[in-house]
This record gives sequence, structure tokens and C-alpha cells, in this order.
Amino acid sequence: MNDLPAFPMTRLTPFDPPPGYAAAREAGGLTRVRLWDDRTAWLVTGYEQVRSLLGDPRISVDRRRDGFPFPTPGREALERSGRTTFVGMDPPDHTRLRRVFTKYFAIRRIEALRPVVQGIVDDLITGILAAGPPADFVTALAGEVPSRTICHVLGMPLDDRARFQALDHERNTLTTSPENVIRATNEMLAYADELIERKRREPADDLISELVADQLGGDVVTREELVAAVRLLITAGHETTTNMIGLGIATLLRHPDQLAELRADPSLVPAAVEELLRYISIFHISPTRVVTEPIEIAGQRLEAGDGVIAAVAGANRDDAAFPDADTFDVHREARHHVAFGYGVHQCLGQPLARVELQTVVETLFRRVPSLRLAVDPAELEVKEYAFLSLAALPLTWDEPREDR
Amino acid sequence: MMIEVEIDQCVGGGQCVMAAPDVFDQDDDGLVVVLDDDPGPDRADDVALAARLCPARAIRLAGG
Repeated sequence: MNDLPAFPMTRLTPFDPPPGYAAAREAGGLTRVRLWDDRTAWLVTGYEQVRSLLGDPRISVDRRRDGFPFPTPGREALERSGRTTFVGMDPPDHTRLRRVFTKYFAIRRIEALRPVVQGIVDDLITGILAAGPPADFVTALAGEVPSRTICHVLGMPLDDRARFQALDHERNTLTTSPENVIRATNEMLAYADELIERKRREPADDLISELVADQLGGDVVTREELVAAVRLLITAGHETTTNMIGLGIATLLRHPDQLAELRADPSLVPAAVEELLRYISIFHISPTRVVTEPIEIAGQRLEAGDGVIAAVAGANRDDAAFPDADTFDVHREARHHVAFGYGVHQCLGQPLARVELQTVVETLFRRVPSLRLAVDPAELEVKEYAFLSLAALPLTWDEPREDR
Repeated sequence: MMIEVEIDQCVGGGQCVMAAPDVFDQDDDGLVVVLDDDPGPDRADDVALAARLCPARAIRLAGG
């Protein structure tokens, strides 16, 4: 068993999935891997296999089931501690709870936020330009756009974002001890509980106030479920989008010809964002599941109790679904990527992520056309993190500053 | 081409609305609403994409 490859696998560069994914895909798409606790799990790396697995009702996301695979001790503590949200439930409980939140992420509602996001991005860029080059765009922009957007949408004071950013960062760092993961999670839950109480007493025009008015004291969700879900709403839309913004900017700067095309024709931006989502695939530790009834993948029978890992970053580089998949191409039709997962657990907040990413890409390179890396690309460092993540993104640009 | 949706399966992902906004919409709960259950052949590609992208496989297409 010690001959088996270890999971999570390491990325050699921020821009490519672990080499083991391609090797596994070429070997048929299914391979056995070893986890930190010496248990094994099946790693699925082919596009059609990942899609069919994540859409299969014979697998479970319930972390309490025997055999559920956890990529790190901290992750096991995180996912088994605290209260379960719909992310860790199977139908029909999943359906009941997720439907409480779908209305807030309907396309039309999220599209109406575009002017808000545009204002946030414009203000941040104005500040960055005023301070002058160089700047670390992970802290100056990538971390700020999602946290300010979430504060606006949920109705949280802007000053609270340092607190939830720090807690979330601790929870998602793969080397954080189980004790500290649990402590950070409990603090987040306490914060969510306070927020709900504040919105009950002083409702305002925001999502949490509406959620509290719709659901608190009703018979669909318990207060505990509501607190856990609010914790999820605060964190889920934050680290993920931050990392996509940082890596998205870096990826575009490494493809200057395509970036020039985007600047000349902003109608290419939505397709470019889909291609960034596919190419980068930030969910490093991947969706994990446990088999509940025997299923067959790539000719192999998986038994009840087997752990499976759906390597979305591998699936998104499958030539069978994306010809010449290792090439970044903003003209590609990439909408069918699985960067947000697939199946009933596919990301609920993806419309908001798209609005933020599209706004950043269109605005940043229009306002700062001379933007470029201030370091050698080989110096960009990936963190040991649940989501693929840059430690810093030092960029520079030409002054005199733009005047738009 | 006739469109059928399984509302019980819908998870409100909005993929169909993004793929074919003149054919699909969302109700007050964010769940799928079919605006046009027999769109013309010129909409076939976008409708097929909507069905393919639906994470809950709640959209079924019949006829050509």
C-alpha cells in the first residue's frame, strides 16, 4: 500500500494540476491513492467519469459515514466539527435546506449587483494607483473584492472582514491543527449567531435580514441550521473568489496576446472567465464522497464504504472534453467545466463569483494597461491550502497614472 | 423540440438561465421555470447546452 501515490498531490507550478492527475487519467481515469491516515481512496481524473460520479445518487457527502475520505487531519476535524450544512447532507435533507437559499442566488438577483461590484473594484483600483507601484494584488485587490462584496450582500460591517478573513484562512490552511480548526470554526459560528441576532433586532436591506425574516422561527430550518448556513455564506464566497482573482490576473499576464484581445473586445470577457475557471480549477483538495451502493467506474467496481475523490482539476484538463486541454485559450468553449463541481452540490454562489471575476478582468486591464509581474513567474509561491492559492502577487505598472 | 423539467430535482443553479435566458427563468424561490417549452430550431444549441449543464439533470429534451 505504501507504493500508492499520496493524496493531496503537490502542484509543481501554480498554473498546472499535479502531474499525477495526467498520469492517472492516461492510465484509465481511476487510480488508488493513500491518505494521511493510511486509508486509501479512489482518485477519479477523467472528465466524463468525474461528471458521472458527482451526478450519481449512489454516493454520499455525509461526513459521518464510515469510509468518508478526508484529505488532512484538519479537514477531518473541520468537516466533522461544528454543525452540518446542506453541503454535507444528502437528499432529501439537502434539497430542503439548499432550497432555502437558492432564491438569494438567482441569476437576476445577482446580476442586479453588478453596479455594486463595479463600484468596489473601481474604488480599489483608484486606491492602488494613488499609492503607486508596485503592489501585492493578493492583499490590495484579490482579497478585498470578495470580502467587500460579501459584506455588502450579507449586510456585515466592513470592519468585520479582517476578523472573518483571518478565521477562514486558518480553517482552510492544510497544516492547521485539528484543535485550531475547531476553535476557528466555533468562532465563525459565534459570529454568525451574533449577526443573525443583530439582523433580527435591526433588520436592514440585506440578505441576512431577509433570511431571518423568511426563516427564523419557521418550520423549515432550525436556528442551529440557520447559524451553520450563515457561517457557510460568509466563508464560501470569499477565499475561493480571492484565489481565482489572484491566479486569474497572473494567468492573463502570462498570455499577453490573449490579454490584448480581451482589452480590444470586452465581449470576450465572460468566455475568458470560464476558461480561467477551467484552467486554474482552484479546488485543490477536490470534492470527496463515499460510495453507498456498488458502482462501476472505468471498468472497476467500487464497493459501499469506498472513498472517492473527484479531481475536478484533472477533469478540466481532459483532452477528451477540452481539446488541447493544457493550452489556455480564451476563445475556447469552456462552459461545461466542472470547476464549480457537478451534481446537486454544485456551487450555489457561482453567479456571484462570475460577476466579480468578469468585473475585475474587464476593469483592471482597461484601467491599468501596463500592468505586469514585478517578479519572475517562477517566484510565485503556492500555499498549502484547501484552494489553490498564491502567497503574493507583486505587480507593477507605468506611471504617470491613468486618468480615467 | 419539447422541453420537460423535473422541478423536484432542480437545485436552483441557474445554469439553464445563463445558457438560454429566453427559454428558461427562475421563480421566486430560484427554481426553474420554462418560458417556452417548444422553442424553434434556432434555439436548439443553447437549449441543448442548458440541458447538458444542468447539475441536477432536471431538463429533458424530446424531439428534434
